[in-house]
Amino acid sequence: MQGRPQATSHPPERSLLPKLEIAFRVNGVERRVALRPWTTLLDALREHLDLTGTKKGCDHGQCGACTVLINGRRVLSCLTLAVMKDGAEITTIEGLAQNGELHPLQTAFIAHDGFQCGYCTPGQICSAVGLIAEGRAKTSDEIRESMSGNICRCGCYPNILAAIEAVMQGSET
Amino acid sequence: MIDFDYVRASDVGDALSQITKHQAAKFIAGGTNLIDLMKENVEQPTRLIDITGLPLNEIQETQTGGLKIGALVPNSDLAYDQRITRRYPLLASAILAGASPQLRNMASTGGNLLQRTRCLYFYDTATPCNKRRPGSGCGAAEGFNRMNAILGWSESCIAVHPSDMCVALSALEAVVHVAGPKGERAIKSADFHRLPGDTPEIDTNLARDEIITAIELPSEDFSRNYSYLKIRDRLSYAFALVSVAAALKIEAGAIKSARLALGGVAHKPWRAPDAEQGLVGEQAGRKAFCEAADIILQGAVGFAHNRFKIELARRAIVRALEQAAAGTPQSQSVKVIV
Repeated sequence: MQGRPQATSHPPERSLLPKLEIAFRVNGVERRVALRPWTTLLDALREHLDLTGTKKGCDHGQCGACTVLINGRRVLSCLTLAVMKDGAEITTIEGLAQNGELHPLQTAFIAHDGFQCGYCTPGQICSAVGLIAEGRAKTSDEIRESMSGNICRCGCYPNILAAIEAVMQGSET
Repeated sequence: MIDFDYVRASDVGDALSQITKHQAAKFIAGGTNLIDLMKENVEQPTRLIDITGLPLNEIQETQTGGLKIGALVPNSDLAYDQRITRRYPLLASAILAGASPQLRNMASTGGNLLQRTRCLYFYDTATPCNKRRPGSGCGAAEGFNRMNAILGWSESCIAVHPSDMCVALSALEAVVHVAGPKGERAIKSADFHRLPGDTPEIDTNLARDEIITAIELPSEDFSRNYSYLKIRDRLSYAFALVSVAAALKIEAGAIKSARLALGGVAHKPWRAPDAEQGLVGEQAGRKAFCEAADIILQGAVGFAHNRFKIELARRAIVRALEQAAAGTPQSQSVKVIV
């Protein structure tokens, strides 16, 4: 057909710099993977390890949907290069349940209706796990501020706060 | 993001030799700003040198009674270190006013100093920006400049430095220790960041082949009368429209010494030594604080969308000084401003 660009059957080959072998523990399991240096931890988890629970929201460190725990600390996987985390211990939302039992924060988010669409929820829960482990936020104001790196487009903040407070007080419901 | 290769540096000497060998290389530590800018194609290093294995993550006492903070200490560790919260609460408060807990867990102290501007036109590669592409023009001067400078700007650039931590470091007169191929040197915080002039592509006086090793805090800590007041479009997780680091020494109601630094208003944390000097000997109160604000802002010039910042800065300066004088610093979790 005239006037329309011809589709090429194969995209042009591009020579990329070599992949690097890295190994880390993800949710308690040793994983080895060969990745380009520019692969973010977020893409490594989702596209190479099939752990799609960690969500890609803004991909620029502005929303918190990609929050995971590295060596117990909450961080943004979208602004982390996977090659820089060789040897690290990584926990994602998939790794929180133990022996078939949901993590208390997961149970509390359900009991307190801490989500609507659910897209930000894995990041919210991983962030809350980090918050509780840090042990600094005590009051409602402090918890709100300490969760401010996790945006919820559905506006479930009061219920998210209630879920976290319930777990901090030793109850899930 | 363009393709790049990745190497790890084993020590400071190795890092310096690697950056010298490869002209388009950059150091990476926390990566919170650099990776974002690489995704936007604003930064295009062809090699990243990972410095996170360098032994620069200690906070140590200095012989002169201050503290020396390793360049790789994460922002959150610094903000919650008891030596910092007890002796330099102004610094802890400023750090906690910025970013989010996740970002503060990742970001390094040295990297915080090297943050690049958040000017919309610096980020948008479809528009001109003299900082991103020298000689291309400034998109912000006649564009959406709500977040831009009111002090110290030039015809070529009206960007502001985004850091909160650096505003407190400036007020505390911290010293930046760097290492380079010719050895080590110390840069006063006032001389570390620079004004844009005709070369806005250069943010700091750190040379390309130098690396920050530590930040030194002098012994004078202003731990009694201080406040970090940050005004922004939303209460958390947003860059400053205006921020003020205020620190006073008061004896019998009279000001013995004063430090004032502003964030969100210029290409560098803004100090005004004449305003600080003018406060010395005055009674700590509204009259003196208003006069200080007038001195700081007398040369301020805004643009179509940010002229409000001049009056906002005036009020924020007075309020931060009042909070400092009363010993009631701004809380970074209870957002009410009293």
